[in-house]
Amino acid sequence: MAGLGDLERSVMEQLWTSDGALTANEVREHLADPADPSRTPATTTVLTVLSRLERKGFVTRAREARPHRYRALLSRAEHTAELMHEVLSSSSDRDAALARFVGTVSDGEARTLHRLLDELVRR
Amino acid sequence: MVAAAVLLGVVALALAWPIPVALARASWPARSPATALALWQGIALGGALSMIGSLLVFGAAPGGSITGAAADLLPAFAAGPVPDGYGVVHLAALTLAVGLAVHLALNLLSTAVRAERARRRQHRLVDLLAQPTVDPAGPRVLSHPVPVAYCVPGIRTATVITEGLVELLDAEELDAVVAHERAHLDQFHHLVLLAFRAWHGALPWFPIANRAERAVALLTELLADDAARRATGAEPLRRALVLVGSAGEPGAYADAGGVNPDAAMLEQRLERLEPGRHPLSTGARTASWIATGVIVATPVVVLAAMAF
Repeated sequence: MAGLGDLERSVMEQLWTSDGALTANEVREHLADPADPSRTPATTTVLTVLSRLERKGFVTRAREARPHRYRALLSRAEHTAELMHEVLSSSSDRDAALARFVGTVSDGEARTLHRLLDELVRR
Repeated sequence: MVAAAVLLGVVALALAWPIPVALARASWPARSPATALALWQGIALGGALSMIGSLLVFGAAPGGSITGAAADLLPAFAAGPVPDGYGVVHLAALTLAVGLAVHLALNLLSTAVRAERARRRQHRLVDLLAQPTVDPAGPRVLSHPVPVAYCVPGIRTATVITEGLVELLDAEELDAVVAHERAHLDQFHHLVLLAFRAWHGALPWFPIANRAERAVALLTELLADDAARRATGAEPLRRALVLVGSAGEPGAYADAGGVNPDAAMLEQRLERLEPGRHPLSTGARTASWIATGVIVATPVVVLAAMAF
């Protein structure tokens, strides 16, 4: 079953890096290993993985046309930010963790952060 | 039976106030955290059993034994008058005993269910987002700039570090942090913390529950530090603690709520890593273990003697 977790990660990788929504077959083509075609998963396997990911809330499916097209619900960075938010909210001094992070950013990054925070406050 | 109830009541009171207060103030737990952790668990378990047992034995006194009182009262519970000899105080004590037992059990259950749900979610996200390293049993790396290390306990476990942490620490310091997290997982610290968090949640007005949860959280950190020190030596661990701080390590239990390592705990942990610290003598440790046994055995023996 270790393979299924790896496959879920590779499928998400494809959805995160592609511009639009993908069909199961397109995902499968992206996953194809030219050096070893026997390692390419079957489309049914990809479909199973996609519906598992949909159930877990990582993927949405457009049902208007067949075949259904899948896309990632949130970007990888958004998911990571959410996870870190949960972990850090359990830390007794969360501000200290953020301060430590702010201490490590470069001048350019600091300017970007400043702009982003300004936009956030104005909204 | 009333004498037994009074004995259990005295034990319950001692375990509810003077003993935990003294233990929370004492400095020796930092020298032998495993011994102190066992004593804290003994105090919590013995305290709960004595408190419930005292009420139960007192309420059952007119029946001659706990099963005797059950035989008297259970038929009357469905229909019929209260049997002779049972006053309002006895019935109130029995109701309180049952209510307290159910309350504690339900709180433990709901805390465990919440923790399990949070763990599953964490595993789902970590599986998808964190890249495994070369070593499948090694830590997984999360692409995030804030330096953090934490662990997800359970039947399946995961140690997670962020890219921010990898950038901040050198290889030796990183090994120390990972060894610390692995110790949380290997020694099942989350279960101890869960029990104390449930106890605190069940009795939020009980001043000792908060102190106990905090003391236990610190002791699990000290135990994990000891394991890390055995793996890498004290110096890399000390450097890593200074760099990452308490904020970057949410303890054995990374979810919202409960007590987690904080700055005051960090100071105590750093002090302990200075050279020239000795564990408690064997005699003192043995005394603590015997006390732990007595605290738990007393209510069990009394209740067993009063059962029939």
